Amino acid sequence: MGRYVARRLLLTIPVLIGASFLIFAMVYALPGDPIRALAGDRPVSPAVVAVLRERFHLDDPLWLQYWEYLKNLVSGDLGTDFRGRPVLDTIERTLPVTVKLTIVAVVFEAVIGLVAGVLAGIRRNSYFDNLVLVSTTVVVSIPILVLAFVAQLLFGLKLGWFPIAGTREGLYSYVLPGLVLASGSLAYVARLTRTSIAENMRADYVRTARAKGLPPSRVIVRHTLRNSLIPVVTFIGADVGTLLGGAIVTETVFNLPGIGREVFDSVQAQEGAVVVGIVTLMVFFFIFFNLVVDVLYAVLDPRIRYD
Amino acid sequence: MTLPDIDSTGARAAVPGATLLEVDDLHVEFRQRSGVVNAVNGVSYTLAEGQTLAILGESGSGKSVSAQAIMGILDTPPAVIRGGIRFEGRDMLTMAPEDQRKIRGPGISMIFQDALSSLNPVYSVGWQIGEMFRVHQGASRKEAKHKAVELMDRVRIPAAAKRVDDYPHQFSGGMRQRVMIAMAIALDPRILIADEPTTALDVTVQAQVMDLLKDLQRETGMGLILITHDLGVVNEVADDVAVMYAGRIVERGTVDDVFTDAAHPYTEGLMKSVPQVEAKGGRLQPIVGQPPNLAAIPSGCPFHPRCTHRRLGAEAAPGRECATDVPPLRLVVPGREAACHYSEEVLGA
Repeated sequence: MGRYVARRLLLTIPVLIGASFLIFAMVYALPGDPIRALAGDRPVSPAVVAVLRERFHLDDPLWLQYWEYLKNLVSGDLGTDFRGRPVLDTIERTLPVTVKLTIVAVVFEAVIGLVAGVLAGIRRNSYFDNLVLVSTTVVVSIPILVLAFVAQLLFGLKLGWFPIAGTREGLYSYVLPGLVLASGSLAYVARLTRTSIAENMRADYVRTARAKGLPPSRVIVRHTLRNSLIPVVTFIGADVGTLLGGAIVTETVFNLPGIGREVFDSVQAQEGAVVVGIVTLMVFFFIFFNLVVDVLYAVLDPRIRYD
Repeated sequence: MTLPDIDSTGARAAVPGATLLEVDDLHVEFRQRSGVVNAVNGVSYTLAEGQTLAILGESGSGKSVSAQAIMGILDTPPAVIRGGIRFEGRDMLTMAPEDQRKIRGPGISMIFQDALSSLNPVYSVGWQIGEMFRVHQGASRKEAKHKAVELMDRVRIPAAAKRVDDYPHQFSGGMRQRVMIAMAIALDPRILIADEPTTALDVTVQAQVMDLLKDLQRETGMGLILITHDLGVVNEVADDVAVMYAGRIVERGTVDDVFTDAAHPYTEGLMKSVPQVEAKGGRLQPIVGQPPNLAAIPSGCPFHPRCTHRRLGAEAAPGRECATDVPPLRLVVPGREAACHYSEEVLGA
C-alpha cells in the first residue's frame, strides 16, 4: 500500500507539469494585451509598456516563458501579478475561504444526503422515500445560479435567517452558500445511498445475517449499511477535490473571496501567473483527493488490494 | 469424567429420536402487483433428532421458500405464510419476532448454496463466525475469535488459527462452504437446514462437504434438512426424502424405497432423467414440458400436463380425473405416501 501511494504521488508531478503548461499556453493564447487591460482607459506611454512587457517577459516565446516560470517554481516562487503582488500571497488570502466553504458544503452533503438516503433506502416506497426522490429530482434539475438567487431571496431577504453575502459573520456566513454549493452533490449522495442500501438489503449475506438470528438493527447497521456506504464515501471523497477547485458561481453570487472567484477575475484581467498558479493547485487537489479515495476504497473493502 | 448416553460409536443419536420440527399444511404465497405467486401449497412433514430429510425438487418447486419460511427470514409482506411450524412444540408462526429470532442460530440454522455471496465480503471469516457467540452469548471479541478458530478446526479448515482473519474471497469454494457450516453449527443447533450446500462446488469437494455434514450430525444428533435437486446426494446421505413439485410434496418415503420404485410419475421421471452407471448406452429420458408457473398452477394434479400416466375425461376413474381432481398425499404402501390417483400403477411400472 505504501509503495502504491508513493508511486501515485510521484505520478502527480508529470501530471501537474503537463496541466500547468496547458494552462500557461491557453493564457498565452488569450487575445488582447494584459498591460493595456491593466491601464484601462488611461493613456500609457509606449516606453512604460515596453518596460512592463520586458519585466514580465511578455515578448519571449511561449516555451521560454514557461521555462522561466518552472525555474522560479522550483524555488517556491509562483511569480507575481501585474500589480507586483506575489501569487502565493493571493492564494494564501483566498484559499481559506474556499476551504471553509468546502468543509461546510461537505458536511451538508454527507449528513443530509446520507441520512435521507439511508432512511429512504430502508423504507423503500414509503412516503419519505417518495419525498426524497421528488425533492432530489427538483434540486438536480434547477441550475445552481437559480438556486443561489432563490436561496438569497428566501432565506436571506424574506426570512432573514442568513447573511446573503460576504464573510463578515464568520462560519455562519458560509451556511447558505455551503448549502447551495452542496445541493447537487447532496441529492446525488441521497440517491446513491438509497440505491446502494436497497440493493444490499436483497444481498445473500444480509439473508445470512438474518438466518444467524442477529437483531434487525444489527442486520441493518453492520451488514447492510457498512457495505452500502463504500460507494457513497468514495463519491464524497472525490467531491471534496472538486469542491476545493472553487465554485465560481457560488463564490461570485455570495461575494466570497475564494480561489474560484479569484481565478475568474484573473482570467478576465489576463493575470497569467495567478491563473496558472491557482488552476494548477486545483488540479493538484483533484488528483490528491482521488488518491485519497482510492486508498479509502482499499481500507473499506478488503477485496481491493493494490500490491 | 464419564460421558453418559454415548454409545460405542461416539454418536449421540444415530437412530431418529424425539421430534424436533413439525411442519403442518404450510402455505407461502407472494402477493405482487401482477398477481399471487403460490410458492408453497400445503406442505407437511416432521423431522426428528438425528434424522436426515432430503427435500428434492427442481427450481421453483418451493423447496427453498419453505425452508426460509421455517427459518422466519422471508419478508412478510410480500410473503404471506399460513399453516403451522412447530419447533420443539412451540409454534414459530405465532411467537413474537424476537423469540423467533433467538431460535435462529441455537435452535435452527441454515447454510446456503453460494457461500461467496452468502458471506459478507467486508468482514473476516473469524469475525463472522465469532458474531454468533458475541450476539447470542455475549462473548468478548477475544473469546469469540478463539471459538471461531476451534470451529474452523472442527470443519477441517487447514491452518485455522492463521486463516481466521482472512476474508471470504481469500478462500476456495469448498473452504468457504466450510466457513458457512462452521457459522451455522456454532451454537450447536438442533436443526440444520442445508439449502443446496454442494451445488456450487466441484464433485470431489461436494463429497467432502457432505461427509463433513454427516459427521457433524453424528456428533451432535442434530436433525438435517437437505434441500437439493441432486439425486446422488440424496441417495448417499438422506434417510427420508420428500419430493416437491409446484409447492406440494408429491411423494414421501425412505430413500431406499423411493429410489427403488417411485410411486409418483414425477419421481419416476426424475429417476429416468439421471444417468445410471449400470445402464450404459441408453438415452436419458427427460421429463417433457416445463415446470409450472407458480402464478398459474394447472388445475387438478399440477403435474398432469407433463405426466405419462395421466388419465383424462372418460379414461379416468370417477373422482380421479387428473385435470380436475387434485390428488391428495395418501398412503400408497406402508411407509410411502404419494399424491397421485394412479400410484399403484406407477409403482409396478
